[in-house]
Amino acid sequence: MIPMDWIWGLVGGLMIGTAAAIFLLGNGRIMGASGLIGGLVDRSGWGNWPERAAFLAALVAVPALMLPLYNVPVSTNITSNLGIVIAGGLLVGIGTRLANGCTSGHGVCGISRFSLRGIVATVFYLLAGGITMVLFRHMLGVI
Amino acid sequence: MTRILIAALSGGLFGAGLLVSGMTDTTKVQGWLDVFGAWDPTLAFVLGGAILPMMLAWHLTTRRERALSGESFPARPDPRLGHNLVVGSVLFGAGWGLVGLCPGPALASLSWGGTGGVTFLLAMIAGMLVAKPIRLRIDQIAAA
Repeated sequence: MIPMDWIWGLVGGLMIGTAAAIFLLGNGRIMGASGLIGGLVDRSGWGNWPERAAFLAALVAVPALMLPLYNVPVSTNITSNLGIVIAGGLLVGIGTRLANGCTSGHGVCGISRFSLRGIVATVFYLLAGGITMVLFRHMLGVI
Repeated sequence: MTRILIAALSGGLFGAGLLVSGMTDTTKVQGWLDVFGAWDPTLAFVLGGAILPMMLAWHLTTRRERALSGESFPARPDPRLGHNLVVGSVLFGAGWGLVGLCPGPALASLSWGGTGGVTFLLAMIAGMLVAKPIRLRIDQIAAA
């Protein structure tokens, strides 16, 4: 038996990839979450703000509207340690802007076009994430 | 107007996919990264599933001149890797591991993520604001 989580992962993944395909074939753009947000935050993407705002608004609204469909409670299970939350948020913000992309841009959109940049970025953020788990979960026990 | 509708359709489907796949649950993401603990391979199915439609989409861009909106397709990025790609990805991966959220899921789960989710998003935005001076400093160090 294949665990249901894996099947839902594959189904959700296909939806994510289809969303990226719609953005590429429809608007000629890379669906990268950090770039779409970052361009609004640092003003570098204000030239096409309506498109960015529409994407981000739907990204927040549609999952919110889907929640009633779930008969089990949905939770992010995020840590209650606010120091860790803030440190993680800062690192994700700085890192994705330096690297010009995150899991959606480098991972989904980059790997699928065999972009060396996307593949290298993905290898490094996966390695860093894995090492972080070893250090902060198994050695320090804080996450 | 078409561009805005397409963007909303894409963003909505992206958010729905993140929820359905389980990627808005930080324990699933940290479970994937925790190779030496109770390893959870779900994320591999998500990434694999997402790459398939995009491989097809990239293939279609070679057969068409322009996107539906009339925009040209994105050119291939500069193949040079550069230190910022590596440094940035390492920092991103560390933050991703610490909390289990990346930018897409952080937004998708905003409505039910509570104080922790909002705090993460605000810290991420703050990080994006200070990224530019940090980038300049790293460039200086790399040039020295």
